[in-house]
Amino acid sequence: MTTTLQRPPATGRGPRRSGPGAVARFRWPAGYVVVIVLLFLLYQSILPTLVTPVANGIASWLPVATINECLMWAIMALGLNVVVGYAGLLDLGYVAFWALGGYTAGWLMAAPFNWTWNVHLATAVPGDYPGTHINFWFVIIIAGVLCAILGIIIGAPTLRLRGDYLALVTLGFGEVITQFFRNSNNIAGLNVAGGDGGISSIDGIGTGPFHVVDKSVPQALSIDSTSNTYKILVLGLLVGVCIFVSLRIREGRLGRAWLAIREDELAASMMGVPLVRAKLSAYAVGAFFGGIGGVANASGITGAVSPSGFDFGKSVLVLLMVVLGGMGNVWGVTIGAFLLAWLNGNGLKQIGVQLDSWFGWGAETWLPRYNFVILGLLLVLMMLFRREGLIPEKRTKALLRTPNRTEMESVGADITEAEAESEAAEANSGDDAAIASAARDVSPVLGQAPSARDDGADGPDGVVRADGAGTSDGTGADPAARRRDETGDVSR
Amino acid sequence: MTALAIGGTNRKAKIRLGPIVERVLGILILLFAVYWIVINAIDGPDQFVGSVLVGLQNGALYALVALGYTMVYGIIELINFAHGDLFMLASIVAANLMVNVLGVGDLTTATILPLIVALVVCMAFGAFVNVSAEFLAYRRLRTAPKLAPLMTAVGLSFVFRGIAQQDYINGSTQKNWPVNWGGPIIEGVYVYKLLLVLVVTIPLLLAMTYIVARTRRGKAMRAVAQDQDGARLMGINVNGTISFTFALGGALAGAAGVLYFLVQTQTYYDTGTQLGLIAFTAAVLGGIGNLTGAVVGGVAIGLVQALNEGGAHGLGSNWSQSLVFIILIVLMVFKPEGIFGRRTTEKV
Repeated sequence: MTTTLQRPPATGRGPRRSGPGAVARFRWPAGYVVVIVLLFLLYQSILPTLVTPVANGIASWLPVATINECLMWAIMALGLNVVVGYAGLLDLGYVAFWALGGYTAGWLMAAPFNWTWNVHLATAVPGDYPGTHINFWFVIIIAGVLCAILGIIIGAPTLRLRGDYLALVTLGFGEVITQFFRNSNNIAGLNVAGGDGGISSIDGIGTGPFHVVDKSVPQALSIDSTSNTYKILVLGLLVGVCIFVSLRIREGRLGRAWLAIREDELAASMMGVPLVRAKLSAYAVGAFFGGIGGVANASGITGAVSPSGFDFGKSVLVLLMVVLGGMGNVWGVTIGAFLLAWLNGNGLKQIGVQLDSWFGWGAETWLPRYNFVILGLLLVLMMLFRREGLIPEKRTKALLRTPNRTEMESVGADITEAEAESEAAEANSGDDAAIASAARDVSPVLGQAPSARDDGADGPDGVVRADGAGTSDGTGADPAARRRDETGDVSR
Repeated sequence: MTALAIGGTNRKAKIRLGPIVERVLGILILLFAVYWIVINAIDGPDQFVGSVLVGLQNGALYALVALGYTMVYGIIELINFAHGDLFMLASIVAANLMVNVLGVGDLTTATILPLIVALVVCMAFGAFVNVSAEFLAYRRLRTAPKLAPLMTAVGLSFVFRGIAQQDYINGSTQKNWPVNWGGPIIEGVYVYKLLLVLVVTIPLLLAMTYIVARTRRGKAMRAVAQDQDGARLMGINVNGTISFTFALGGALAGAAGVLYFLVQTQTYYDTGTQLGLIAFTAAVLGGIGNLTGAVVGGVAIGLVQALNEGGAHGLGSNWSQSLVFIILIVLMVFKPEGIFGRRTTEKV
């Protein structure tokens, strides 16, 4: 699964560089379509014919429902990737869009709180059902637009804030939206969205376009609209569209403006990038994806929405998908979403079952309970040791590896490093203190200090030096750092 | 560098909105807030008194937690998202220690000794966890872009929540503890609760002000907050000072945890996120990095929230979280530097 998806990255950025050949341009979409169709066929036709142990293995490690969840989360992760990965705006309230998308589906695809009218628009739902029933594809667009508007509303007051404040305000918005839906059974006396209970029995995805074309088409294809295998196709299509949009928009004017803002806001605005418009459109596009994800979740996965599902944890989960996969890299983010959605949905439990069969720890019950701890630790470890993610984007890597502080400050950081290492060198030499001190005296002249930095460097900072050597920051700081080493030694 | 960047974005946004419109809007919102408070006082004086008492009690707690945020932000410009969850863990430690180990039930004068023990233990616990987090995670990210430590803090907050959620720690539901309060009640407020909070909080705040303003360590903290490299060149142990700041913040969160448990007599794994965000709003309201500001902001947020929940024209506790965030957002738009921001040069 992952191996087949991994192939596109080489070609994904390719079309631009290898010339506008028609073949190169269609390489990844073709590969993607093949993957999705193969997945569909696997569950639709191949799985029933396989021998029982293999079929059971697939069904327990990678059930169809989990595949669908993975696809849905991939939409969310791709959306957040636009905001966090492309534009560098940390959004901790992304769940707000998911919630609004879900509730839009609830309003437009169900009969909540005994609404008496029945509005039907190109759906397979029988005509005499009460409530509003609008075709899934229309709802997706409506929800996307609603979420984009909400995204602009959220984005507008936060535009002038710096990164960390922005994170907090978005987090606040996420909580406010959830609280709004929690209290929504009594907004000025009106039941808007069902309160704590939310909205249940939302229409399924439906046969969608097939139905609109001709009612007999779904039957001819022997596709059951409620089956999970069919949803692979629909959700796969949505993910494909999101990937396509993400890739194309990144190459365009807007995408390049986002990257510029991410890397240096001030410089970008000096170069004439319209900060307000670019940031707002990042929010809007990200929110649009979030709305699609919300509808896909409410209509395709759960069939119901309630406020308790839209907590802060979901925002962090999506963020983790983006970070794990590699901020800014579409394929990385997709794979990160697949991995984490699998782990969160079915994987941990299944790993627990496997552990039980080996060691008998009873891990099936307790391992999934630690998902918060595991996800949190994963985020911390990723930030400490592999900030650029599993499949890093070239530019993100450079951005995350170069120190962000002023030159003086990064030089200061070097001093502490050099100090620690010269101390370590002293400790290593042991009895021969005279040699150590002599070496320390000579080191600035011989240029031993920089080499010691390279050798003794461990953890992320060591890689900073190695990677950042090509960037202006790294080269600029180095001679100065040597001078500092000297003064540091003298003062001691 | 950073200041320049802020200036740039500010100018950009102001051109859009128009400074006059902005100022008029700000004043209108402020007038509305004052009007709301006054009409609450007129229409329901009894409820108003009760709300003010509750507000003081909660506000003192918020101030304790807000100080942790504001000090850490002041010194390394990191919003320590895990701080609220540290406070939550401390409240769970306090509850288990006082009820299960020290056997506290009805609160009488005899519980003063267990209270002191719990305060000491929880403050040490908070300081230890916070310093460990700094040592293991934030320290390595000091030169990294801001996004990295911020996300690390979010991850740590997740870890803390996940730990508290385990059944053998606190469980995923609210846990009520058999702790009973006595004594006089004014407008639904236990007087002793309020007294306890004030008696513990005020000395702590004074001690904190003393440490930061008068001691050598405090001087070092202020120096590091202003300029890390300058401080380093002056022979200040920067790492030690930052650790010390985290220890102070953690200790305050620990004390707040004990008080929260005693006042609410319940513990819940989500408390940290909710109350932590309120406390952070308080810190921003007062002007982040400013100690007095954090205290004033905490009490102000506590009062507004209490008035909203108990006042004659309040929206009710269902909306308190939203109200606090709306305050935060309005603040961000109209006065991002807070009440005391810029006016005092003292940071930390």
